[in-house]
Amino acid sequence: MRLVTVAGPPSCGKTSVLARACGLLAAQGVRTAVVKFDCLQTRDAAAYAAAGITAVAALSGGLCPDHFFATNLEEAWGWAAGTGAECCVIETAGLCNRCSPHLRGALALCVVDNLMGIDAPEKIGPMLRLADMVLVTKGDLVSQAEREVYRHRIRQMNGRALIRHINGLTGQGCQELATVLSRAPDIATVTDMRLRFAMPAAVCSYCLSETRIGARYQKGNVRKAEFAATPPRDPEGEAAYAACGEGDAGAGTATFREHPHGD
Amino acid sequence: MATDAPVLRTLTVLAGHDKSGRAEQADVAFRPGEVTALLGPTGSGKSRFLHDIESLAAADTPSGRRILLDDAVPDADRRFALQGRLVAQLTQNMNFVLDMRVLPFIRMHAESRAVPDPDATARAVLAAANDLAGEPFGDDAQLTQLSGGQSRALMIADAALLSWSPVLLIDEIENAGVDKRRALDLLLRSDKIVVIATHDPVLALSADRRLVFEHGAVRAALHRTTEEARLLAHVAAMEDQLSDIRARLRRGAPVA
Repeated sequence: MRLVTVAGPPSCGKTSVLARACGLLAAQGVRTAVVKFDCLQTRDAAAYAAAGITAVAALSGGLCPDHFFATNLEEAWGWAAGTGAECCVIETAGLCNRCSPHLRGALALCVVDNLMGIDAPEKIGPMLRLADMVLVTKGDLVSQAEREVYRHRIRQMNGRALIRHINGLTGQGCQELATVLSRAPDIATVTDMRLRFAMPAAVCSYCLSETRIGARYQKGNVRKAEFAATPPRDPEGEAAYAACGEGDAGAGTATFREHPHGD
Repeated sequence: MATDAPVLRTLTVLAGHDKSGRAEQADVAFRPGEVTALLGPTGSGKSRFLHDIESLAAADTPSGRRILLDDAVPDADRRFALQGRLVAQLTQNMNFVLDMRVLPFIRMHAESRAVPDPDATARAVLAAANDLAGEPFGDDAQLTQLSGGQSRALMIADAALLSWSPVLLIDEIENAGVDKRRALDLLLRSDKIVVIATHDPVLALSADRRLVFEHGAVRAALHRTTEEARLLAHVAAMEDQLSDIRARLRRGAPVA
């Protein structure tokens, strides 16, 4: 079965373009199964069903959605395989910008929209930087100049990805997306695959439902920001980020090892 | 002004068929520095035609048309190099959304095109935009605070002078609050294939050629005749007269 991960900020149009592209694939006789990972609630499974696409939603609820995605990927893959689909699409929404669901050896897509501001491609981080293809939506709402400048900013962040403008409402670019999906790597199992970028470390008291504010309530992997007169620098974050260029999924855990304790 | 843009000597739309499957009459060839006006009511097939160009149709769209670049079917490498950027579009959109000042924004666009002197290039674009706009604006103006006419003038100048795409499609230039004949001159000098969808008689007659659409197909391709060129001079003079009366009314000057 082919495997595709799709990431992007909330409401940027992921579901619209995927439903269109999967519909076009279905018309060619290629069956897809979509797993939507979301946080609190989603109606996207119904949106896919309305387009005739087999889909299921998985909600992380009280857990970190990124970690929830990683811990449920085998099961999601198993479900998709059980549907008899030829292509499994994993759509993740609302992940923090530090995160990326992309896997080595699977096709990685990032969806962003043209209304997010000129610095958005820089802020989005590894889910854009490590993607194989970046899809830009809502181009019909901005000028040609803005589309071209925005595209340039995306190119600066990701030098190798295919960048395409796409429109889930008019269908512009969806046929090409369908073709790309149908050529995603065909893999046997997700077990032992590796993330392209490590998830954020998250083992502090707030992971365990602490709600009170204050240093005395903070235990575990706690790191304090420096609030100086000069703009704060984050050398660890930068090092981990630089390492992601070499695809070292282990780099992000350095923070965890070097600073195991806060208070 | 830029060096990385694809060079296109000719783009040809090979005839397809209309919504009932009847064959289109003839192929249509486009060349840089040429302006073509598209005419026809809503739903007559103008958008489909432009979409066929943008997607480099290969008998794989509802119209059955095929696109040739420089008289040849584009191969995979050429398709890839164009990366969906064959056609730049100026829609009826009249406002910017990015939160930036005018000069840094245009300079960033120039930098993205790797021009030798981005600052001078950006200033040339702003000068051209100010030439088209009814009311001038400064380098420090916020994009989002430009008026509709100023925004549109900047969009047209930027598309003509900085856009990567060899084909430029413009929707309804006439409602924009810009000097449309100066805009047309600027576009003609841009050495792009310019296609304008319009209902304006002066603009339609200003184009070298008019494509008339009906029922999803090109019904006629009309080149401007000598008589039409004379008519153009006449209607342009009428329009100048109207502009003059409008300007006088705005100033409170006598009009009769």
